[in-house]
This record gives sequence, C-alpha cells and structure tokens, in this order.
Amino acid sequence: MNLFFDLIIGGLSIGACYALVALAMVIIYKTSEVPNFAQGEMAMVSTFVAFTIMTGYGVGFWIGAAATLAFALVLGALLELAFLRPAKDPSVLSLIVITLGAEMVLYGLAGWKWGANQNPFPVPFSEYSGFKIGEVMITEINFWTFVTSLVIMLLLFVFFRFTKVGVAMKAVQQNAFAAKAMGIPTRRILTFTWALSSVTGAVAGMLIAPISTLDTNLMMDPMLKGFAGAVLGGMTSLPGAALGGYLLGLIENFFGGYVSLEFKSVVAFAVIVLILCVKPSGLFVKHFERKV
Amino acid sequence: MDMKRDYYEDIQLCRTRTVRVATILFVVGLAVVPFVAGNYALYVLNLIAINCIVAIGLNILVGYTGQISLGHAGFFAAGAYTCVLLMVKAGVPFVVALPAAGLVSAVLGFVVGLPSLRLEGPYLAIATLGFGMAVTQIISHWDFTGGHMGIEAPKMSLGPFVADTGAEQYGIIVTTTVVLAVAAVNLMKTRVGRAFVAIRDSEIAAEAMGINLTWFKTLAFAVSAFYTGIGGALMAFALEHVSAGSFNLILSITFLAMVIVGGLGSVMGSILGAALLTYLQLKLQVIQEAPVIGPLLLEISNRYFTPEGLPNIQSIIFGGIMIAIAIFEPLGMHGIYLRIKRYWRMWPF
Repeated sequence: MNLFFDLIIGGLSIGACYALVALAMVIIYKTSEVPNFAQGEMAMVSTFVAFTIMTGYGVGFWIGAAATLAFALVLGALLELAFLRPAKDPSVLSLIVITLGAEMVLYGLAGWKWGANQNPFPVPFSEYSGFKIGEVMITEINFWTFVTSLVIMLLLFVFFRFTKVGVAMKAVQQNAFAAKAMGIPTRRILTFTWALSSVTGAVAGMLIAPISTLDTNLMMDPMLKGFAGAVLGGMTSLPGAALGGYLLGLIENFFGGYVSLEFKSVVAFAVIVLILCVKPSGLFVKHFERKV
Repeated sequence: MDMKRDYYEDIQLCRTRTVRVATILFVVGLAVVPFVAGNYALYVLNLIAINCIVAIGLNILVGYTGQISLGHAGFFAAGAYTCVLLMVKAGVPFVVALPAAGLVSAVLGFVVGLPSLRLEGPYLAIATLGFGMAVTQIISHWDFTGGHMGIEAPKMSLGPFVADTGAEQYGIIVTTTVVLAVAAVNLMKTRVGRAFVAIRDSEIAAEAMGINLTWFKTLAFAVSAFYTGIGGALMAFALEHVSAGSFNLILSITFLAMVIVGGLGSVMGSILGAALLTYLQLKLQVIQEAPVIGPLLLEISNRYFTPEGLPNIQSIIFGGIMIAIAIFEPLGMHGIYLRIKRYWRMWPF
C-alpha cells in the first residue's frame, strides 16, 4: 500500500510540471491557434539563464528566479514579435513550422552557449528529506513543486477573471475580430499572451530541472508530455489542460510502478491516442463539428 | 501556355519538350556520376537520394493529402529494422527484404492512419508524434532488435552481385529513387492522387463528391509510410549500421523541414529540399573547417559561447530556414522556381 501512495505523490509532483507546460501551451493555442512546439525550448533556455545567474554571478535563488521570469517574459514577447507577427495570413501548417523552427533555433543556441554538459540545478529544497504522513514520505521538492503549480494556477485564474488585460485576452480568444471592433489592441494582446505563456513555461522548467538534470534536452520529454496532457484535457480549456497534466503524471507513474518501467514514457502517448479515438477533442471540451 | 487541350495532355509525365529533354539529361547525368565522382561525393549523393525518397513520401501525406505527421522517424526506423533483421536473422535476399520493409511500414502507416479519420491539426500531430516515440522506445528496449547498441547491416546484393563500393550502392539507391519518384509523379495524376488533393482542399466537399475518406486517408498514410520505409531500409545500408537513438523527433522534424523547404505538393520540390538540407547538414557539422566563416565562428564561440557546441549551429540555420520559408515563401523552393519561370516566360519582351 505504501508503494501506492508513493506513486500518487510522485505522479502528482511530475504531473504538476506537465500541467504547467500544458497550461502554457493552451494559453498560446487559444489565441494563436497553434500548438507551440517551441514551448519546451523556451522554458529550457529560461532555466539555463536561471542557472547562469545563480551559479555564475552568485545571486540568491529567489532573486535569480525573479530575474529569470522577467527574462522569460521578454523572450516570449520577442519570439512572437520576430517570428509570428511577420507571417501574413498563415495556414495552420506554416504556423506549426514556424514554432518548430523557433524550437530548433533555441535548441541550437542553447547547445552552442552551454554545450552538452549536465549541470546540477541548485534549489533551496531537499530532494531527500521532508515530512512523513504515516509511512509515506513527502519530500520537500515534491511538496513545493505541487504547491507552486497550484499557486500559479490560482494566479492565472485571478488574472483571467479579475484583471482588465486578462479579460481582454479571453475576448481575443473567443473572437479576435469582434475584440478588435471593441477597441482591444489584439496584436499587442497576442504578444502578451506569448510572454505570459513563456513565464508559465519557465516556472515549469525551474521545477523540472532539480529532479532531472539540466542539459539542452531537459524539456524535450516534459514538453511532449505537457502537450499530450493539454490534448488529453482538450486544447481549448485551461482547467482541462491542468487536469490532463496531473492525470497524465499519475497514469505514467502508476504504469511505471506496477507494469513496466521501461515503457513508462510510451504509455502516455498510447493513452492519448486511445482517448482521442473516443473523444477527438479531448476529455473536458465539447466537440464542435466543422462547417464546410 | 498551361492550357491543356485534352485529357491525355493532362496526364502526360512531361508536359513540354523542354521538360522532357531536361529530365532525360538529368537521368543521364545521374548515370554518369559514379564514373567521375569520388567516394565521399558518392556517399553524400547516396544520402541525398535516400532523403529524397522520404521527402517525396512525406510530401504525399503533408503536401498532397494535407495531413500532418511528426512521426515519420518511426516509419523510417521500421523500414530500416525490418530490412536488416529479415536479411540477418531470416536470411532473406535483399531483393525481397527491401519491398518487405516498405510493406511492413505501409501496414504500420495504415494503422497510424486510422486515428487520423477523427483527428486533425494539433491532435493529429501529437498522435503521430506519439507513434514515432513509441517505435523508438520499443526498438531500443527489445533484445531482438539489438537494443541501444543497434545492429550491423549486411551488404546489399542483387543475386550474385554484391554492392561493396559507394558506386555500386549508388547504382541501387539512385535507381530506386528514380523509380519511386516517377511512380509518385504518376500516382498524383491518377484517380487516387486526385482524391488525395481533393481531401486536402476540403474533406467534406471531397466526401460529397463520392471520395471514400476512410480508404483514401489511410491509403495516403500507407503510401507515405511505404516510401519512408524503403528510405529507411536503404539508409541502413548506406550507413552500414542501425541504432535506435538516431530515429528521434529531430529526425521527423528534419524530414518535415525538407518537405516545407522544397515546397508542399511538388515532387520536384521534395527533391530540391532534400538535396539542399542533406548537403547543409553534412557541411554544417564541420563548419569550423570552412574557409572564412570557420575561424570567425570559432572566435565568436571562444568569446561568447562554447567552442564544442559549435556544430549546434546546424539547428539554428535549419530553424532559421524553416521560419524564413514559412514567413516569406510558403510554397518553398518550388514556389521560387514558379516565380522565376513566370518572370522569364515572355523574355525578352
């Protein structure tokens, strides 16, 4: 029974990271209508920046993290300005190609700058000690990962519900044309969406880096899992994406614990394909039929 | 000029005499190359020819049928392993193993195509991507396929004739490429090819015209996978070794980049794209040896970056090309060719 609870805790912890990546993807997908394949590399580059700030310049963790979030904000906005805005009337495929291209550019830049070394990412939380509930150990890092993800989600909820910019974003997501007619600067909102998504992704990156190793492939797997989680919940629903991320983390961890550790990372995709065959728009979204 | 007066003109392989002469000259040129080119040049040409096959196959799916796939590395791996395993473990001759590899890939493509009936856009992308990841994982954890270490490929052979040198390999690979390329051009002029294009332009309208979506969509996946499987099998022989690690997401993206850069919905574009990107890939790996740029880049690396990370410049340039093509010339190199042709059509008036 202990194994069961351990798997739940591990699953929720990694699921929290997937959920954050999924949220980041959905935020962009809802406004730009493109799955942002560069999401993972944006987070990876941000995490490397955090690493450089903290170890290279001896800045404390919290100030370094804040600086990284500011960097991520600028990075997301820059990518949108440089790559997506110049595309005139792009099709879905060319948008996907642009994000794939951005992914390769960022991956190459990070590889060029930081090489192939594996670096330890310093965090003020322990990976081994923590507190116990009964026989079950909850390590500090698992606990804070989970709490951080919840806090970010709460912040996002408050942002979209109560701030003017958040409401404007929702308006653009629902109907960009009507939003423009109402005087919302849609292009600026779009840039800001990318910045917001980039920040969310950077948080995920800094949460994943301590439990995995920091190299250029850091976000390859979590990005795909986050994407899968977003698809599982439905690409157009923020709570759906978060739930999908958690669910995927749990499924993956249980499969790894009880069935086969080797095929742990495959099972996520098998589940996705099966669920998509039954519900083509994800679990938590109403499916709309397309018109001719 | 592009007016067609009867059906026969529309289905001709070469539209005008100029095209026919150019094609014949090109094929003759391909036949002459192994007698004049050096070993390394032949190796490069082999890789280009193989990537041409894959790009043409992927273009049938992405460019002509309008379905996206990020899992073609999976079909590529399936083809490579099927061919090599059949020859090594079962002793099947190469002539049988090569089409068998294509067929196994095609069957896989058919299976992957089934979810595509209900999925589109990002959902299809993640489903195919998952397939690609799954194939790599299974191969690298399965003892029968040699696990992470991979397996050595035997020599290609046609009956008693064994392809030892680069020139002999070139003969087999390029012949296959030419045959498959002509087949693809022909396929697009048949009922099946037209059905693919109709599905791309509007699924619902195509269905209303009596096109069986289930059959033609899965068929597009199967044909595309067949080409990719053949390409994978040939690649195993060109590199003389297959290992699971090389069939990753980056490879799938590179294939997609070839199709996009070459031009969607054009066989000639695929060939151009594959040639350009394969050549760049090989050259950029050794960019520090380039005459002027090399030392300059090394200097920049030493000052601001890490010198051992310099080969990563390949990713940057590939990504840059993909973005530039998507923003400025969505039809790729084929689009550029069309524009040049239109510009010079009335020359010198």
